Amino acid sequence: MRGVHYRYPRADRNALQDVSLIVEPGQFYAVLGPNGSGKTTLVRIVLGGLRPQIGSAMIGDRPADQWSRQDLARLVGVVPQREDNLFPQRVRETVLLGRYPHLSLWGRERAEDHAAVDRALRACDVEHLADRWLWTLSGGEYQRVRVARALAQEPKLLVLDEPGMSLDLKHEMGLFELVRGLVETNGLGVLMITHDLNLAARFADSLLLLESGRAVAAGAPADVLTQQAVETVFSWPVTMQTIDGRPQMIPLRQPKESRA
Amino acid sequence: MKWTLLVIVAVLALVTSVILGPAAVPLGELLHSDIVWNLRVPRALLAFLVGGSLGVAGASLQALVRNPLADPFLLGLSGGAGLGAVVAIALHLSGPWALPLAAFAGALAALGLVYRLGLIGGTGGALDPRILLLGGVAIGAFAAAITTAIVSLADAAELRNAFLWLWGGLSGASWDSVLLVVLYIPIPLAVLLAASRPLDLLALGEESAGYLGADVEAVKRRVYLAASLLTAAAVAVSGVIGFVGLVVPHLARLTWGHRHRVLLPAAFLGGGALLAFADTLARTAVAPRELPVGVVTALIGVPVFALLLRRWTIA
Repeated sequence: MRGVHYRYPRADRNALQDVSLIVEPGQFYAVLGPNGSGKTTLVRIVLGGLRPQIGSAMIGDRPADQWSRQDLARLVGVVPQREDNLFPQRVRETVLLGRYPHLSLWGRERAEDHAAVDRALRACDVEHLADRWLWTLSGGEYQRVRVARALAQEPKLLVLDEPGMSLDLKHEMGLFELVRGLVETNGLGVLMITHDLNLAARFADSLLLLESGRAVAAGAPADVLTQQAVETVFSWPVTMQTIDGRPQMIPLRQPKESRA
Repeated sequence: MKWTLLVIVAVLALVTSVILGPAAVPLGELLHSDIVWNLRVPRALLAFLVGGSLGVAGASLQALVRNPLADPFLLGLSGGAGLGAVVAIALHLSGPWALPLAAFAGALAALGLVYRLGLIGGTGGALDPRILLLGGVAIGAFAAAITTAIVSLADAAELRNAFLWLWGGLSGASWDSVLLVVLYIPIPLAVLLAASRPLDLLALGEESAGYLGADVEAVKRRVYLAASLLTAAAVAVSGVIGFVGLVVPHLARLTWGHRHRVLLPAAFLGGGALLAFADTLARTAVAPRELPVGVVTALIGVPVFALLLRRWTIA
């Protein structure tokens, strides 16, 4: 997407102000920023749910909002932040739902659909859970199953909205390793919204740092996550270290009297 | 196996419904009896088709409004249909089709109002299922109030007719009404069956359903209209028959799971069998008088529902 401006109806400022980003196949792109900085708006525009007033959002060679839902779902898999299940479901059933965009109106699932489900289950290391009920899974297992469902769509681009929220260390790291692996082995493009600056810096190829709808910095992790940028955007003092050649942020304590 | 059993139950319900009745017809004369051919067979078929329609409408609406308690009549149609029927009774409209047509018109009016409300609730022309549900309850209550006002001013015979109609009955069944229903229901049924995959996706929520490729707005409109038109036809020929559209989908879900491609046909057969069976009971239990079939479905449906709730809370 290029030079995108977006303002919600009846809002008094732009939710996004001249933001550009390009996600290529085989690239892991992470969008960072405090609450209300425009991350969700950005995802909606990328997925064609909102049409930018200025600038353009393209998927392939077509504007994002001109794809039919079904065609788009063959190209882009999404793991939304929240969803609920009205009726109890087993893992394999829910992953099979990912095949919907590939099915004809009356046709049944074909062998290739079940094969795609198996591949997705294996890629996310949840094969052994295939016959479990969703509500018996741990938070980390559930997130992997949701990634598997998006993979069953056989997309070129995977969009994840805060996938690590409320996961413990092992499961959060596991999820990021999984996504990184998919980028490297399947050549998948990934666009991830996340709060976790450190994990994004460790795993992503490119970062975009948003503040109040503006792109503060974009590019390689080492160029984006500077002490100054982080402190400005998040209004908190930090110190930076480097691990594996990637910047890592450590928040500092702040004396009581100087707090805002 | 499950299917074989269901088909056997359905056939059994139809056959019992033809064999049993207030008038004793010897088995040997079944095929030659006027009572059987002109009364029992069309009535059994009508009961089956109406029950099946209510089952499918209920299952689809539960997925649409994302509420397992949804019943085809919760969306205000029964109120509208009841008002139409009572107006027809109060005005002494005559002819075999006056009452069904008035009820159908009432149901359509309620459908239109609720649909309009649903559109107001959503933003940018989206249909909000929660508003559909609330609007349905409100419109239903409003129509019921007017109905009661009219009934309270009517004389005793009219009152009895209106009251019986409101609890449902298939005594008006004829080959004409069967033919009409046979011609009418395939279209909404096909629309709902065609929407079965998107309905599976809707169980995940509208956002996720959209990301998985469902055209959510189109699906919601189609399903609401088709299920409501199905219910409106059912209510026109048989009055308000509760619980079939609530209990049957749940029984079918317990047995067949939540995939609508399988669930909807099962709900059709199950609903048909239940209503054919309930109607047989309604005709024979207190013969030569007849119970409103809605009374029977409620008497069967409520205990079954209570059992279901228990199973749910345990699971």
